[in-house]
Amino acid sequence: MTQSFPSYIRKKLSRKNAFYFFTSVGNYTGHRAITLEEFADKIREVETISLEFHLYRGDFEKWTNEVLEDPELTKRIGAVKLLEPIGNVLRDQLDFTVINRLEELKNLQKV
Amino acid sequence: MKQKNQVLTLDELDWKILEAIQKNSKQTYSKVGRQFGVAHSTVYDRIKKMEKKGIIKKWTVNIDQEKLGLNYITAFMIVYTNPKTTENIAKKLSEAKEVSEVSLSLSEELLIIAKVVALDQNSLHEFIATKVAPLQGVLRVRTSIITKKIKEEIFLIEK
Repeated sequence: MTQSFPSYIRKKLSRKNAFYFFTSVGNYTGHRAITLEEFADKIREVETISLEFHLYRGDFEKWTNEVLEDPELTKRIGAVKLLEPIGNVLRDQLDFTVINRLEELKNLQKV
Repeated sequence: MKQKNQVLTLDELDWKILEAIQKNSKQTYSKVGRQFGVAHSTVYDRIKKMEKKGIIKKWTVNIDQEKLGLNYITAFMIVYTNPKTTENIAKKLSEAKEVSEVSLSLSEELLIIAKVVALDQNSLHEFIATKVAPLQGVLRVRTSIITKKIKEEIFLIEK
């Protein structure tokens, strides 16, 4: 477990830095996340086609790396991508990955 | 040309000139004048008045990008909005260089329909993800990329 503690866990992101869920090029679902907690909720909510679209374009990794500045979460999402999951398997793996990281960060915050 | 209650009324000759220059705006005033039996100076005066009154909004050119080897993509974007913010979103879209047309439509919901031009699919997606989706009041967006144009002509305004 990394000991780094990303600052995004403390505050909501701006509208500009939120993650916007699309199902294909230009088709925005109306779902967006402005915190990692909300991101985890949306992973359970949006259509799996949206998760597939973003995972294989590298959008999740780009967002976690460039906006959240969390290389650990980026690395773990990259590992999910290598397994090439689709549908609900992808949803479950992403959910597990993000929830785990969220819990880690919450525990770090308590220390 | 007459004006009554903010509405401009064109006479027969104004209309004929308008129709002629919509078909070919490059023809000379003399050529237009010869078609209707008037002097080139008359055509010039009528056109200048219509420009001044904003009836003729601008003179432009329609370029065949395929012949230049350019492969810009065009898409129609439907933006579903919160009615309170629709006007503001439409204004913001109008200011974007990627957007060439913006219209409002009322079907079951209040929509903005916009024509977007981009270098490629990635640029199109980037524009919608970073400039459209984050606008306050955008509920969702549907986009269709045009794969083949069958006709592209300006609509000729006739009397």
